Amino acid sequence: MLEITNLSTFYGNIQALHEISLSVKEKKIVCLIGSNGAGKTTTLNTVSGLLNPASGTISFAGKNIVGTAPHAIVSMGISQVPEGRRVFPRLTVQENLDLGAFIRKDRSAVKEDIRYVYDTFPQLKGREKQPAGTLSGGEQQMLAMGRAMMSRPKLLLLDEPSMGLAPMVVKEIFRIIDEINNDGTTILLVEQNAQMALKTSHRGYVLESGRIVLEDEASALLENDEVRKSYLGE
Amino acid sequence: MISAYYLQVMILVGINIIMATSLNLVVGYTGQLSIGHAAFMSIGAYTAALVTLNLGLPFALSLLAGAFVAMLFGILIGMPTLKLKGDYLAIATLGFGEIVRIVFLNLKITGGAVGLRGIPKETTLLWVIVAAIFTLFILKRVLKSRVGRAFIAIREDETAAETMGINSTYYKVLSFGVGAFFAGLGGGLFAHYFRYIHPNSFGFMRSIEQLCMVVLGGLGNMTGAIIGALLVTSIPELLRASAEYRLVFYGAILIIMMRVRPQGIWGEKVVAGRGGWRDSKLFKRWTNNDRKLKGL
Repeated sequence: MLEITNLSTFYGNIQALHEISLSVKEKKIVCLIGSNGAGKTTTLNTVSGLLNPASGTISFAGKNIVGTAPHAIVSMGISQVPEGRRVFPRLTVQENLDLGAFIRKDRSAVKEDIRYVYDTFPQLKGREKQPAGTLSGGEQQMLAMGRAMMSRPKLLLLDEPSMGLAPMVVKEIFRIIDEINNDGTTILLVEQNAQMALKTSHRGYVLESGRIVLEDEASALLENDEVRKSYLGE
Repeated sequence: MISAYYLQVMILVGINIIMATSLNLVVGYTGQLSIGHAAFMSIGAYTAALVTLNLGLPFALSLLAGAFVAMLFGILIGMPTLKLKGDYLAIATLGFGEIVRIVFLNLKITGGAVGLRGIPKETTLLWVIVAAIFTLFILKRVLKSRVGRAFIAIREDETAAETMGINSTYYKVLSFGVGAFFAGLGGGLFAHYFRYIHPNSFGFMRSIEQLCMVVLGGLGNMTGAIIGALLVTSIPELLRASAEYRLVFYGAILIIMMRVRPQGIWGEKVVAGRGGWRDSKLFKRWTNNDRKLKGL
């Protein structure tokens, strides 16, 4: 579904991605793990169009989307939950979800999807009128994910969903990621929490200083000695 | 009946309501700091005046011509400058305002440094009231629509707005264009009331004055902008008794206001219905519902 080939991205003169290639198959969860500054967020931002690559291709559903504006990429079916959640703090939960459906015109279906979001994220129920900025970190993460789902994406990009959250909440978030995937959405996940990410994913890539150094089935990566030493703290 | 002096103050208040609310759309709702709003006012003023003087069209058509030309310039200027953010955008709009002023100062058709005289007096209080109501009606409609939601999303977080599928450049230019349209309308009314316009009537200080109205009243709140326009226009008039000290008092009032109520008189009323009086510290102290408001 998503095919990245030899992608290089720069920040000014600094090369953040060195010809990385990865692929995400339909209905799968693929995770990208690595330490701080490895280029995980850069990869997602390049896919979503927030950054422009210097070279390489990103093909989504058979079309090269390099150079397409971010808002147009959303219309093509890729939705991103940015790093740090970035909910609209002064707008209510409901308004945040409405904005998630900005590109859609089918009002009755949007209403149904809002119900789906409240069912999937029960913590948000009853908070419709609450300003998003007053939610807890975990709730904001759920709202950000729900908001991204409102555009009915075929591919969901998740950037560090576990960041700054308590272990219990992280568990709940990953349970929901699994549920969303079971309902048919393909997911590309970026995580520092390698353990949780690999447990939930089908396939994994390890990124180091802008290069992909390892790729395998997620279950195999969990058993890999190097991964265990570097990322699982064993 | 009302004396000529009060009539003039009322007409100025009305024109300033149009200026402040339209600037509020750009600064308060879309979050784009513009300090060149008076430039669009001058484009509207000169266009409307020239149309009346040279083509002899009915007043309403002159006003519309001024508004449309101002909007056109708003869109043309918005396209390159709105890629800039915050302070940079402010400086660019300031530069644009100065360019417009100097161009009008040197063009033959606008009378150059002499200004444009002999514009027929068409603006009445009724015209101003109708124009202000029209402005408020359209702005309210825009803000309640999908377009308004896009403006507010851009103000809250432009990157997040982009990831919602909002074309931020398009909506920023649109906001700028609509703001300029009504600034041009206000300019046309101004020209046909004072019957004489000069490039310096629309200088940097007028842009700042309009920004004061919006900030004083409360960014992102139309009631606030109206109150701001009313106060900033009438306070200097009320202080006339203190003669040469009046601008000192005026400045002091502005400083005290910003110290006591930085969110403006009417506060920040977001679509959520938060902000405003109910969100003020005083209200919370009285009702002790701070915790309730935070949802605790």
